[in-house]
Amino acid sequence: MDDTQIEAGENNKDIEVAPALISVHPNQNSVAVAVGSDLRIFDLLGGRGVSLVDDSAQPFHKDSIRAIRYSPNGKLLVSAADDKLVKIWSTDSWRCISSVCAEKRVSAVAISNDGLYVCFADKFGVVWVVGLHELDGNESLVNRKAAPLLAHYCSIITSLEFSPDGQFIVSADRDFKIRVTVFPKKPLDGAHEIQSFCLGHTEFVSCLAFICTVDYFLGFLVSGSGDSTVRLWDITSGSLLDTCEVGAKSGLLESNGGDEGCYTVSDLCTIPDGNLIAVAIQGLRGVMLLCCELSSKTLNAIKVVSIMGESFIPTSLGSGSDAELLWMVTGVSKLSGSDCDSLARVRVLSGFKKSNPDSDGHELTLLGDDELPGSVKLLEKLQGSVTIEENVFLAAAEAVKTAMCNLLIKKQYTMEKREFRKRGRNDRKIKQ
Amino acid sequence: MLENESNPTISKSTGLPRKRFYRARAHSNPLSDSHFPVPISPGHVDYSFHYPQLVSSDQADSNKKIEFADVGCGFGGLLISLSTLFPETLMIGMELRDKVTEYVKERISALRATNPGQYQNISVVRTNSMKYIPNYFGKGQLSKMFFLFPDPHFKEKNHRRRVISPHLLDEYAYVLEIGGIIYTITDVEELGEWMKACLASHPMFEALTEEELGADPVIKLLSTATEEGQKVARNGGQTFQAVYRRIAPSQ
Ligand SMILES: C[S@@+](CC[C@H](N)C(=O)[O-])C[C@H]1O[C@@H](n2cnc3c(N)ncnc32)[C@H](O)[C@@H]1O
Repeated sequence: MDDTQIEAGENNKDIEVAPALISVHPNQNSVAVAVGSDLRIFDLLGGRGVSLVDDSAQPFHKDSIRAIRYSPNGKLLVSAADDKLVKIWSTDSWRCISSVCAEKRVSAVAISNDGLYVCFADKFGVVWVVGLHELDGNESLVNRKAAPLLAHYCSIITSLEFSPDGQFIVSADRDFKIRVTVFPKKPLDGAHEIQSFCLGHTEFVSCLAFICTVDYFLGFLVSGSGDSTVRLWDITSGSLLDTCEVGAKSGLLESNGGDEGCYTVSDLCTIPDGNLIAVAIQGLRGVMLLCCELSSKTLNAIKVVSIMGESFIPTSLGSGSDAELLWMVTGVSKLSGSDCDSLARVRVLSGFKKSNPDSDGHELTLLGDDELPGSVKLLEKLQGSVTIEENVFLAAAEAVKTAMCNLLIKKQYTMEKREFRKRGRNDRKIKQ
Repeated sequence: MLENESNPTISKSTGLPRKRFYRARAHSNPLSDSHFPVPISPGHVDYSFHYPQLVSSDQADSNKKIEFADVGCGFGGLLISLSTLFPETLMIGMELRDKVTEYVKERISALRATNPGQYQNISVVRTNSMKYIPNYFGKGQLSKMFFLFPDPHFKEKNHRRRVISPHLLDEYAYVLEIGGIIYTITDVEELGEWMKACLASHPMFEALTEEELGADPVIKLLSTATEEGQKVARNGGQTFQAVYRRIAPSQ
């Protein structure tokens, strides 16, 4: 990618619609949804919507949020947006305890397992790290400085993940690459030791997740990609253990026929303490469930859980670590031709039994709106409205689709443009 | 090389490709996405294509691996010198400019044709080394990496285009075996300082001692073997080299 192209992309915001995001507190104390610049939290314990407090110099996000994530210990929530701000919220006070300025727009965030480091990736492929030591409520206005941790050379990083034991940080990019780096004792000095590269995807990598159980506490990495596959990796060696052609499988398994063509994997969510993986696929109304057999190191498609009645194509998935629930959201910022610019729809699948390796997903039920924890109040908060009109909904599904493509597929020059660029280059002019 | 008889880009007297037909612009932008094939992983690099006499195609999983990489190899002078100095070692040049890569390909095949049995261990790929090094080499695969007279990219804002940078050194450390050596040389003092500073502050590299430098037969090639080195020497220019060894990071 050309500098000028990236920089042009920085200003060209109207074409870049942002898909809605969801993240669930590890103990299911709360659930967060981001739509456009709006960050919405519902307190599941208290059964009410949360009002965030942000008295930093640049309060709240001013542009589309691109990543949200709870810390593994549940004490923090981090949000990052196209306004180049990374905001760290306390889940106790729901105050913004730090607002970090990034140099470029941010594409992914991760929080170390001890909750002491927030890492974020920018659009130039650099991963930054912020130390949170001595950060408490009294220091709310402190602008922490981020230090560069590692970089993928000029490739957009699409996902960042810590390994379950905290030893590695894994970063995935648009150039089909997954890099596994030792997370050092002093991260502010940079992470220089690369453990492995997981290479095998033939399109951009869109999402990463770890699957880990009591028996396999080191975990295995799973990744989703624009090549319509989900792959299973051993991160120590970088070896590809198995590939599941979810694009083809979703077409076969789904009774009412999927969308033709585009089977980009848009999100992955591993069901904690089990071997199930929920996969969101572009164009698929519902989710696909995969089962990871850890002993034989294989990935198998179990079934497609279809969502009937509405065009629900999830843009983001989430679950808490002791949860039986899979949370799904669909939505998009800046719906053209609509007054409501921050539409989202939340759905929940129930019945993931903890520690049941034989669970084949047959007991799963899609909760009705009145069965949701917090029911109407939750929907009012997270969706912005209890009911979502179907026509707006269809438009959102379409917008989400283009958003995913625009976000991740490389800008291709048209043939004429390429020829024109070539002609302008001196090395093409063969001197006689 | 009968078929080249009428080809004006091949010199009739030497049978080697004429450089002037492969003249290229001086600097290219490593950030722009070009359209050339990239192997999915090091296991997908086609060795029998690059080294047909040494690796046969049915020997796909032969354990012979590329050990030297000349990054930004330009017209390939270093590879040609190294080829006879280390006849058992597989080496590859990586070059971004397509015309220059074509020139090196022609040059190697001409050398192979005129010197039967020789120059079988060198080859070249057109690629952006700053992006695709991990697609070509696995962990600890290389024993030597060369960065001879790289483009200087003077402007501060373009420093991230430099082939030696703190982040890229992480990748070079990954593909180099412990004890492997990274050779850099330039005629631009500022760039020389920069490369040395990047290497010196990296926890996985240490400088070779004067003694070790003296004992290494490759050192004298740095300033003499490549086209750029010869140009600098002709003009009586000064050169600045930094040669470092890959070490294990201290825990
Ligand atoms: C000044 S020349 C030196 C060539 C050669 N090493 C010599 O000493 O004669 C630098 C070379 O690096 C190449 N180059 C620059 N960036 C590159 C990249 N990212 N990947 C591969 N080659 C690159 C340029 O095309 C150019 O041929």
